[in-house]
Amino acid sequence: MLATFESTARAKLRPLQKLRLISWPMILLAGLVAGIGFVMLYSAAGGSFDPWADRQMIRFVIGVLLMIGVAIVDLRVWLRNAYFIYLGALLLLIGVEIAGDIGMGAQRWIDLGIFQLQPSELMKVALVLALARYFHSLEAESVRRILPLVPPLLLIVVPALLVLKQPDLGTAGMLIMGGGALFFAAGVRLWKFGVLIAAGLAAVPVAWNLLHDYQKNRVLTFIDPERDPLGAGYHILQSKIAFGSGGVFGKGFLLGTQSHLNFLPEKQTDFIFTMLAEEFGLVGALTLLLIYTVLIAYGFAIAMRSRSHFGRLLALGLTFNLFLFVFINMAMVMGIIPVVGVPLPLISYGGTAMLTVLIGFGLVMSVYVHRDSRIGRHYGEEG
Amino acid sequence: MRKDQDRAKLFTRRAALLAGGQAFMFAALAGRMYYLQVIESDRYAMLADDNRINPRLLPPPRGRILDRFGVVLADNRQDYRAVIVREQAENVDLVLDRLADIIGINEDERRRIIKEMRLRRAFVPVKLRENLTWEEVSRIEVNTADLPGVAIEVGQTRNYPHADVAAHALGYVAAVSETELTGDPLLELPGFRIGKDGIERSYEKVLRGGAGSSQVEVNSVGRVIRELARKDPEPGEDLTVTIDAGLQRFLYARLSQEVAASAVVMDVQNGDVLALASTPGFDPNKFAAGLTAAEWQSLIENPLKPLTNKTIAGQYAPGSTFKMIVALAALAQGLEPSHQVFCTGETSLGTAKFHCWKKGGHGSLDMVNGIKNSCDIYFYDASRRAGIDRIAEIARLFGFGNQVGIDLPRERSGLMPDRNWKLATYGEPWQPGETLVAGIGQGFTLATPLQLAVMAARLANGAHAVTPRLVRTEEEPVFRELGIPEEHLKLVQEGMSRVTNEPGGTAFGARIQEPGMAMAGKTGTAQVRRITMAERLVGVKKNEDLPWEQRDHALFVAFAPVGAPRYAIAVVVEHGGGGSKVAAPIARDVLIEAQRRNSIGDPALQHVAEGA
Repeated sequence: MLATFESTARAKLRPLQKLRLISWPMILLAGLVAGIGFVMLYSAAGGSFDPWADRQMIRFVIGVLLMIGVAIVDLRVWLRNAYFIYLGALLLLIGVEIAGDIGMGAQRWIDLGIFQLQPSELMKVALVLALARYFHSLEAESVRRILPLVPPLLLIVVPALLVLKQPDLGTAGMLIMGGGALFFAAGVRLWKFGVLIAAGLAAVPVAWNLLHDYQKNRVLTFIDPERDPLGAGYHILQSKIAFGSGGVFGKGFLLGTQSHLNFLPEKQTDFIFTMLAEEFGLVGALTLLLIYTVLIAYGFAIAMRSRSHFGRLLALGLTFNLFLFVFINMAMVMGIIPVVGVPLPLISYGGTAMLTVLIGFGLVMSVYVHRDSRIGRHYGEEG
Repeated sequence: MRKDQDRAKLFTRRAALLAGGQAFMFAALAGRMYYLQVIESDRYAMLADDNRINPRLLPPPRGRILDRFGVVLADNRQDYRAVIVREQAENVDLVLDRLADIIGINEDERRRIIKEMRLRRAFVPVKLRENLTWEEVSRIEVNTADLPGVAIEVGQTRNYPHADVAAHALGYVAAVSETELTGDPLLELPGFRIGKDGIERSYEKVLRGGAGSSQVEVNSVGRVIRELARKDPEPGEDLTVTIDAGLQRFLYARLSQEVAASAVVMDVQNGDVLALASTPGFDPNKFAAGLTAAEWQSLIENPLKPLTNKTIAGQYAPGSTFKMIVALAALAQGLEPSHQVFCTGETSLGTAKFHCWKKGGHGSLDMVNGIKNSCDIYFYDASRRAGIDRIAEIARLFGFGNQVGIDLPRERSGLMPDRNWKLATYGEPWQPGETLVAGIGQGFTLATPLQLAVMAARLANGAHAVTPRLVRTEEEPVFRELGIPEEHLKLVQEGMSRVTNEPGGTAFGARIQEPGMAMAGKTGTAQVRRITMAERLVGVKKNEDLPWEQRDHALFVAFAPVGAPRYAIAVVVEHGGGGSKVAAPIARDVLIEAQRRNSIGDPALQHVAEGA
């Protein structure tokens, strides 16, 4: 068949040819966002590249190289290895959990020397890979049945529970919502979401009783920062003050009073968007939101354009993850949702988050590079 | 293939729905941005400013107090203090060791400094030592390189160059107590001092000035980043008072020769208080620097009450100085001044006997000679004729029984009894014998030295209701006439003149012989114990034979110069003995000094009046 021929022809593209097929506008957009990040980190350090902006730049360069590497690897390779990657991420997650239990405290990362790897961040990508592969292989009719939905549900729930135990409500929420988006895109009937949500809500009291008091307290403070007015409550109030006082045009670069006089907490990580809003105002905040919107729209366009179901689901899932990152971070610094510790992608200071996002972009680009590959439903099952 | 196309179609539909959902969520974010940064922007901008801008109050320099000739009575001294900033000191122990070598820091001080440093943030200066001498300041300055974090701060401390000389007139300043807080934030400033007594208190509002403010930018832990705006404080106004510092010093030194005494010198025409002193005194400088608990205890436990201004808060029986009032009251009741009373040394009313101070009696006396000799028998008669209510009425005209209204805090009113007062206070009617006792200034009657000075001034100035003052008002007050016939007044003045200027007068020995300075006065001796009949039989004990606290108070009132009086004085020496021996010589010396100095000459005050 013509289609089969075409796909094999594409499959034999050499790496150099693939480089030409890479989505350069996407790299450009990612660079633009990261650039804004460097500017804000420079400001957060009081007008200095040290200690954040310079390191972030190095990470970005490494990340971009990694991203391009990921992009030119054949999509089929990713498909074939999706479950292994998921399994690896899961083992790492369990590893940190055990290490934490043994007595190193609530540790969420593994020290790799150059940076600290957070398995939960890795899981965000791995989960999308695994789910995309599962739904790619599933027959259209099976999506309508209930039993075939149990394995992917477990794929989500297991790591989500592990992360929740850390406790990292933000990442757990992102895993569940990101996975849910894939269920939705794969065509799972809407009423099933309704049932699941209802079941989930029903399970809350049961789960609640299993928690220790200190865990309950921690979760309660997560949900309602006002419980701790001098801690989390103070932070969100200061964030809103900083945000609102920026006005339409902002206080000017390096002139954010809330940020530079240290009223704003964590200004280089979780609250960096507040700092941008304070210094560049509504104009700056909307501009960044617009750039993200374009980036997300681009990701969706890539998903729609892909000829393989795996590619479609992978690109959509990763792009949706980006959306979740952006939405949760912005919503929490503006006081719409509780502060759950989700960074702003490519802008917040931090190694794993940046690498995860760039690897995600790499995979989306891989979908783009291999957009015309047709991959059979059973591809990879034997290999 | 078809299945895959279906799947793709479904995917596209679902992806579009997801995209729509995301667009909606982002729109919500944009809406929230608009809400925070446009609608609520002003409120948050204000909150942000509240966060970072700290208004600091700047205390105003206190106005000086000058005497009538411009001599400084109170001003502000630069006060040097050493402070240390922990974060700049690096090794605090080392710095303190070095500092101990230079200015000497003992273990207690060191403990306090370390403790205070632990309580404060690292950038807050902690006081090392106050009131450094110039030598200490320069020694620290020379060694700055070895003393990182140590700095010299300049503050202001109230300074009274004459120390205790005018302490009671000036009062003192001290830290604000809780009951004095009015809500004025200036009063809550650490180290701020306000007037607690005397002129410092009466004219607190004038002297204090207005606070300035400085708006500083601070960070989240309160460190000052920079000053944004500044409004300089409005300094307190300088206050020129009516005191003559030279005369004041003389008076205070003269009174200090006694154990406890007080005196007021005033201008009989305009009420200017030229000198006002009370002994023993205290050094108001100590209050400004901060008294130790022990110093404070010893001041308030001292039985001689150094903190009390005895000229306005000491109340004494006026004794014979009251006899001019009785004379005027009797004249008002129609007593002929030429009427003679024969003094045998005692008289009786009913069964009670009343004695003259002179055992053998004075013989026959008219009014003028009655005053000259201070004959008790004459004034028993005069008071009986006048009646207590008339005496009280005249006494009140001359300042007794009410506060005279000087511009000082804590003035007491003394006591002028009459029939109604007795009935209201004791529920008993007035006894005729009490009128006789009142007639010689004993019994219930109490007066402050200031009231006695006012009496002398009003007798001297033609019976105008002059009121003493320490600070002049813009308009010169007009004093009402008391309605005493001139011829009555002349008689009394003549009697007072004879007391000092005619041989046999009770204070002839203390007369002023300098030409044109002669004074007219009246002695007084106020008994503080009851003399029993038994004692009278064996002879009244002399004051020298009594313990100090049982001796009589010695009083003297006077004005000078005779003929054209300008100065009035009242002197009270507590347990001093006789008025003629102890109080009159003080009045003489002071009145000579006042006239020699020409204390009423007042270039500075004239200048103020013209300038105003």
